[in-house]
Amino acid sequence: MTDLASPTVRVSTRPAETRRDIGIKRRYAAERRFRVYGISAITLGLLFLALLLSTVVSNGYTAFLQTTITLPIEFSEKVIDPKNERSTDAKQLMTANYPLLVRDALVKQLGLDATKRPQVKQATDMVSASARTQLRDMVVADPSIIGKTVPVTLLAEANIDSAFKGQIDLSVAETNRKVKDQQVAWMNQLADAGVLKKSFNTGIFSFGASSRPEAAGVGVALIGSLYMMLIVLVLSLPIGVAASIYLEEFAPKNRLTDLIEVNINNLAAVPSIVYGLLGLAVFINFAGMPRSAALVGGFVLTLMTLPTIIIATRAALKAVPPSIRSAALGLGASKMQTIFHHVLPLAMPGILTGTIIGLAHALGETAPLLLIGMVAFVVDFPGSPLEPSTALPVQIYMWANEAERAFVERTSGAIIILLIFLVFMNLGAILLRRRFERRW
Amino acid sequence: MKVLKLTVAALVASAAFAGAAAARDQIQVAGSSTVLPYAKIVAETFGETFPDFKTPVVESGGSSAGLKEFCKGVGEDTIDIANSSRKIKDSEVEACKAAGVTEIQEVKIGYDGIVFATDAGNADLALKPEHLYKALAAEVVVDGKLAANPYKKWSEVDASLPDAEIAAYIPGQKHGTREVFEEKILAAGCKASGAQDVIKAAVSDEKQQHSKCVAVRKDGLAVDIDGDYTETLARIASNKSGIGVFGLSFYENNADKLKVATVNGIVPSTETIASGEYPVSRPLFFYVKKAHMGVVPGLKEYVEFFIDDQMIGPDSPLAEYGLVAAPDAEREEIRKAFEAGNML
Repeated sequence: MTDLASPTVRVSTRPAETRRDIGIKRRYAAERRFRVYGISAITLGLLFLALLLSTVVSNGYTAFLQTTITLPIEFSEKVIDPKNERSTDAKQLMTANYPLLVRDALVKQLGLDATKRPQVKQATDMVSASARTQLRDMVVADPSIIGKTVPVTLLAEANIDSAFKGQIDLSVAETNRKVKDQQVAWMNQLADAGVLKKSFNTGIFSFGASSRPEAAGVGVALIGSLYMMLIVLVLSLPIGVAASIYLEEFAPKNRLTDLIEVNINNLAAVPSIVYGLLGLAVFINFAGMPRSAALVGGFVLTLMTLPTIIIATRAALKAVPPSIRSAALGLGASKMQTIFHHVLPLAMPGILTGTIIGLAHALGETAPLLLIGMVAFVVDFPGSPLEPSTALPVQIYMWANEAERAFVERTSGAIIILLIFLVFMNLGAILLRRRFERRW
Repeated sequence: MKVLKLTVAALVASAAFAGAAAARDQIQVAGSSTVLPYAKIVAETFGETFPDFKTPVVESGGSSAGLKEFCKGVGEDTIDIANSSRKIKDSEVEACKAAGVTEIQEVKIGYDGIVFATDAGNADLALKPEHLYKALAAEVVVDGKLAANPYKKWSEVDASLPDAEIAAYIPGQKHGTREVFEEKILAAGCKASGAQDVIKAAVSDEKQQHSKCVAVRKDGLAVDIDGDYTETLARIASNKSGIGVFGLSFYENNADKLKVATVNGIVPSTETIASGEYPVSRPLFFYVKKAHMGVVPGLKEYVEFFIDDQMIGPDSPLAEYGLVAAPDAEREEIRKAFEAGNML
C-alpha cells in the first residue's frame, strides 16, 4: 500500500547505483544457463538418435544385398522325369530330384570329380536349399523348359553370403567356423568368373519367414502389419471420433461423464500386454476367432489405440474457438450442422495427427501380439486377415533371437524397413495436416 | 467415403464369420524356444515337400506357455502341437484332462546339448561340475561348515582355472535349460564336492537339501539371463572373461566367437552327447492332440515327417543344425510308439 501511495519518495531516497541494480546481470545469467541446458538436452538427444541410426544402418545396409550364384542349369529329362510319367502323374514334377540339377551344374562349373562325394557335398552346400523349390516352381510353371539349359540365378547359402560380405572372421581355425577353406577358395573362384556376385536383395521384401537366412524376408510381416493398420484405421477412427464428439459436444457434464473421462485417460496408460490378455480372453477364447490372425491383432491394437485417438480428438475439438460455434448457431445452424460443417473440419488436422501417432504406436507393438499367437513362424502369405500372419516388429524380435550370423544384418535390415514405414506414415500425417489446415 | 463404408461392412462381415470359420487347414504349433529352430526347419521342409498342405505355423513363447495353450481344450481355436524342452508335468496332464484333452501323444525328437563357453580369445577351459558348483552356489562348504560363497575368482575355486573374476551368465528361471543346469551341474557338483554330505547333516528334509544344493549365489557374480542365447553372447562380448551357458546348436553357429569348455574332460559334440559321455544334455519333445488328427489336414503327415530319419536321423538337416540324434534303436521305437498310437 505504501509503495503505491508514495512511489516517488522511495526512488528518490535511493543512491543512483542501487537504483539500477534490479538483478539484470543475474537474470541474464539465468537465461544463458537455461539456454545451455536446452541446447545440451537437444544435442544429447540428437547424439543418441545418430548413434542408434548409425548402428542400425551400418549393421543393416548389407541385408539389402544378397550373394547369388548364376549357373547354367540343364533341366535334364533324365533327372526330372526319367520314366516320362509327367503327363499321367502330376506328382512327378513336384517330387523330382531337383537338387541333382544344381549339383551337376556346380560340378561342371567348378570342374569337380562327381564321384568324390564329400567334396561335392561341400560344393552343393554353397547353394541355398531353397534352390529345390525355385527350380520346381520353374518347371511346374513351364514344363516345356525340360530338356533345355537355362541360366538360373540361385541364392548363395547364408554362410557363404556372410563370408562374401566379410562378416565371418576367416582367420580363426577352420573347424571353428561354418565356412570351410575349400568353400572360400571356390567362392573366390566363382566370384572371379563373375558367376557369384552381390546384387540387390529383393527377397527381403518378398519372402516369408524361413529358417534359412538367405530365403527369409519380411513379406508376410509387411502384409500382416498392413492388414492390421487398415483394421485399426477403419475401426478406431470412426469410433474414436464419434466418441469424442459426443463426449465433448453433446454429453452433459456430470459424474458419469467425469468417470468415463478418467477411465479413458487411464486406459491410454495401460501396458499394452494387458490388451493382449484381453484379446486372448475375449476374441479367441470367447468369440472363437482364429489364432495368429491379423484380424484379432487388428482388434487388439484398435482397443489399444482408441484412448489415444479419443484424447487427441477431444483436445483438437476443444481448441476450436467458441466464436466459430456461436457464429454458426447464430446464423441458424443446428448443433449437428455446427459440428459437422464448422467444428470438425477445423479440428481435422489435430485429429489426423493424433490418429497417425496412435497408428504408428500400434505398428511398433509386439507385446499384445505375443498372447494372440502372432509371434510365430509363418511361411505362407496370408490371403485374408483371417489367416495366420506376423507383424514387422515381431519379425525383428524373432530374427534378433536367431543363432545364425546372417540374421544379425537382417534384423537391422528389418528395423530399417520399419523405420521407413514410420517415416512415410509421419509424412502422410504432415501432408494431411497441411491440406486441412485452415485459418480463422 | 464409399470405400470406407464398404471396408467397414466387409470387416464386420468377416468378424461375424470368424466365429463360424470353416475348418482350419493349417497346423498350429506353439511352445519351447529351444525346439523352435528345429520345428521351423521341419515346418518349412514339410510345406515344400507336401504342396497340398499349408506350411504349419510355429509360435514360440516357452515350453510352459505352449503346454498351457495346448491344454486349453480340443477344437479349431486350440493348437495342435506343443513343443517342449522338458517332459510334460503330471499337473499339466491333469489340466489337459480337465479341459477335455485326454488323448495326448508324446514324441521325442532327440537330444539337446548344453555347453559352457567363453570368449574365443581366452585360454582353453576344462570345467567340472564341482568347479561350477563351488563358483556359483549360494552357500559352499568352508572348513567343514556351510557358509556364504566366499570365492571371487575362478582360480580360488580350483588352481587349474584362470585367474579371473567369476562371472557366469546362466539361463533364468523361466527357461527349461535352467532345470537341466541345476540337475546336471549344480546337484552333481554338490555331490562330487562333498557339500551334499554337509548339507545332509545340517538339514533333514530332502527337498530342502536339494534346493540348498541348487541355490545360486545372488551377489551379482552369477547373472540370470531371461532373454535368449543372443543376449548371453552379447554379455560375453562385453565381459571377455565371463562364462555363458548355450545350446550346442547356438554355439556351433557362433564357434568363431566362442571357445567351448570341456566338462569332465569331454568336448561337447553331437557324438559325445549321443553316446552319453558328455554329461549335460536333455531330451526334446513335442506333444500332439490325437483328437485333431484327421480333422486338421496334414497333422499326421507332419508328425510322421518330423520323426522320419530324413529329419531327425544322424545326417538330417536337424542334426546339421545341432540336434543330437537319438540312437538308431530309440528312433525306431519313437516311430513305432507313434504308429501304435501310444497315449500318455
